[in-house]
Amino acid sequence: MRLNVNGKAYEVDVEPETPLLWTLREFIGLTGTKYGCGIKQCGACSVHINGEVQRSCSIPISAVKSSDRILTIEGLSRDSSHPVQKAWVELDVPQCGYCQSGQIMAAVALLEKKPQPTDTDIDEAMTNICRCGTYQRIRAAIHLAAGTGKGGSGSIIHMTADAAASPGAPIDGGKPEREEVH
Amino acid sequence: MNKTNSGRSANISRRKFIVGSAAAGGGLALGFNLPFGVEPAAAQGPAADNTEVNAWVVVKPDDTCVVRVARAEMGQGTHTGLAQLVCEELECDWRKVQIEPITPGQNLARKRVWRDMATGGSRGIRGSHDYVRQGGAAARMMLTQAAADQWKVPVSELTVANGVVTHAGSGRSTTYGKVAAAAAKLTPPDPKSIKLKNPRQWKVAGKPMKRLDTAPKVNGTHVYSIDLQLPDMLHAAVKACPVYGGKLKSYDESKIAGRRGVGGVVQVNDATVAVVANTWWRAKSALDALPIVWDEGPNAKQSSATIAAHLAGGLTSGDAFADINDGNAPQAIAGAAKKIEAVYSTPFLSHACMEPMNCTVRITANKAEVWMPSQNAEASLAALSSASGLPLAQCEAYNHGLGGGFGRRGGTQDFVRQAVAIAQRYPGRPVKMVWTREEDQAHDFYRPISQCRLSAGLDQGGNLVGLHIRVSGQSINAWLAPHNIKDGKDVRQLQGLWKGAGDAQMGYTVPNLMTEYAMRNTHVPVGPWRGVNINQNAVYLECFMDEVARAAGRDPLEFRRVLMKNHPKHLAVLNAAAEKGDWGKPLPAGVHRGIAQFMGYGSYIAAVAEVSVSSKGGVKVHRMVLATNCGHAVNPATIAAQVEGSVAYGFDALQNEISIENGRAVELNFQAYRPARLHQLPKIETVIVPSYDFWGGVGEPTICVTAPSVLNAIYAATGKPVRTLPIKNHGLTLV
Repeated sequence: MRLNVNGKAYEVDVEPETPLLWTLREFIGLTGTKYGCGIKQCGACSVHINGEVQRSCSIPISAVKSSDRILTIEGLSRDSSHPVQKAWVELDVPQCGYCQSGQIMAAVALLEKKPQPTDTDIDEAMTNICRCGTYQRIRAAIHLAAGTGKGGSGSIIHMTADAAASPGAPIDGGKPEREEVH
Repeated sequence: MNKTNSGRSANISRRKFIVGSAAAGGGLALGFNLPFGVEPAAAQGPAADNTEVNAWVVVKPDDTCVVRVARAEMGQGTHTGLAQLVCEELECDWRKVQIEPITPGQNLARKRVWRDMATGGSRGIRGSHDYVRQGGAAARMMLTQAAADQWKVPVSELTVANGVVTHAGSGRSTTYGKVAAAAAKLTPPDPKSIKLKNPRQWKVAGKPMKRLDTAPKVNGTHVYSIDLQLPDMLHAAVKACPVYGGKLKSYDESKIAGRRGVGGVVQVNDATVAVVANTWWRAKSALDALPIVWDEGPNAKQSSATIAAHLAGGLTSGDAFADINDGNAPQAIAGAAKKIEAVYSTPFLSHACMEPMNCTVRITANKAEVWMPSQNAEASLAALSSASGLPLAQCEAYNHGLGGGFGRRGGTQDFVRQAVAIAQRYPGRPVKMVWTREEDQAHDFYRPISQCRLSAGLDQGGNLVGLHIRVSGQSINAWLAPHNIKDGKDVRQLQGLWKGAGDAQMGYTVPNLMTEYAMRNTHVPVGPWRGVNINQNAVYLECFMDEVARAAGRDPLEFRRVLMKNHPKHLAVLNAAAEKGDWGKPLPAGVHRGIAQFMGYGSYIAAVAEVSVSSKGGVKVHRMVLATNCGHAVNPATIAAQVEGSVAYGFDALQNEISIENGRAVELNFQAYRPARLHQLPKIETVIVPSYDFWGGVGEPTICVTAPSVLNAIYAATGKPVRTLPIKNHGLTLV
């Protein structure tokens, strides 16, 4: 069957029940879209179909029409220049990064619908799972990309040198008698 | 199939390292500890690249400084932090720093010049700061010496900054890139002659530098192990007996005969079966259709209820050992004016890395290779060698940036052994094995389950005169590393309640104090889960402290302060959290605060949580302020990211459990095991209070104060302590 992915036509010979996710990853070679749960819970597989964010792990290829416009992370921009990608870089959002393709695709879809999202809009739209816990920076980066002026720097850091420099326990330079090593 | 090639793996195999015969004598590696009985070489091995100044630093003609790293990057930011430390001493231009991970085969071939590759126990920075800084400093000395030799001037007349060497006397300057080849030929300096900078004078380290690994993570080009594509690759899906300890009895291959792309069924080991196909989806679909008969064995009778009863026995049994026994706690409590008692419990938890367990193995007659996401690439290499039967020198392991680790991908390497068994059936062809989420949840090495009985005695004045803590639960060492249990006493399960300073010391002084552990093992596999045993023990001690403070009629912060006078570092961090967390200041109606402090991985941590609880049991965490003294703060931004992540991951300890029915895990996907979502997260503030006199960990310690600070706020809000987790069993939900 024929697929339109990132503006290119692909001919794929797959069983009709094959999910779009695995068609993208294994037949078209676009591995930026990730497998996380397979039951549309985590959103790591998020792509856009005709501008709507969808969880590709649970869409059989038989439900995709050749006229459907599928957009994956690889097609979002040629050079990571989409405002959401730029905001993600600016605020160092990713940690392990595995969920971030999906997070970015969800954020782009949100901003296309609501260019000036509120925190409540972000709460409702951004349901993708991140195990590293990059959520605070995701929220800030969405505000940054939207130009709402509400995002701040993401992380809130109070750094107080020497505030804890009390004499302390006698550990300096020494190895503790016991420690957790795993 | 139109398949792209993996740049990552291809790059590794093309890299021009001379991997000579492994001089390192390691015999075959078994077990979980490092197999390589080799002393690290000095910070200089035989140069394998003509601009390799030393093992840690390669300077290219265009002044790019390649910093080699041995530890794994799984999102925690260690690669960037290590590069900062090297760059600081190297005095190179931070904008020209690149990271290059080394492989365990390279490390072995060069007598472990890069030392330990294990990445766990929050040791990525604190376990390697000295030798990587020395590597950077030695490279700087050699590069400046090369310039001095070229100009025939004393090296003492040269200055260096941002990779530019200057001789003020003659007005000459050059760059690292121009002298690197000459520097690489010099004899490295005596390590004893290397003087490291005072961290208070750091310019690159200690600063919130941006991560070096972000770019490919925003456009889909970062190649995780699961993304690897190699020519002729086969794909495998696996299923192990859902009951731990059960066996594979039989399967009916005829039922999946003729399925498109399916190559065959492989018995992986006595409890596991795999289907191999030309795509993973076909392998997985065929495996789902394969009739499998398990011999579930006697463990199929086990459940959460039987396990709870087993553990409860340990709360009062005679077989516990005392780790701390100061004064006479039972007697002091019995004779106290007021006595408080409580029993707490915490469940099994799964790691739920976003990237499920996977790896790719290729085996030929004289070579075995694995591509994997590993927290310990040397353990992966060892597993590959022992499972394939090929000597270490004929094995190589290519680590990919991990899609989460959290302790799951360290010593056990079960996934590598499985993939080897499958790949052995297809010599010469790479086989990529990927677990489903369900398999990943069903076959974890879970956070161990435990219960804790605590009793305390207060005198007439409300002072704590006795504290008795008895932990009963499963031992990680008993499952994974029994050799670590000395004289039958597994102190590891009391992590965070230790008396000794420096790693996980209890911050309270109580005149009569007893800590005990009764080992109660189950049939369920357990292992280190980010934070390991401080998570449970912090819930027990810190939530109980609030109960005791309330019984004494004292403010929880004030009550703690009195007990912490002998532990000023613990106290300073508690005070920092309290101050930035506005402890004692007015709050909106219905919002309550909770506080907790603890120590783990050499660092001191504390948190204040602001929480409201609705009449329907909705728990809203509005704000959390978390303080840490990790000694030296190498990258404050990365530390903040780890603190924020500790809240999200720590929420698992509040709202999740792996329960056991019919001997197997129940919560097999994210509809049942629910990782924290964005909307549940509070506003998080990170307070960093470095005291510059030790090196503490960052990735794990903070998790342990997340749950108790929130639970103590729930207690403040409702007047009812939550003693058994998860909170859903009390009609409470994080909203």
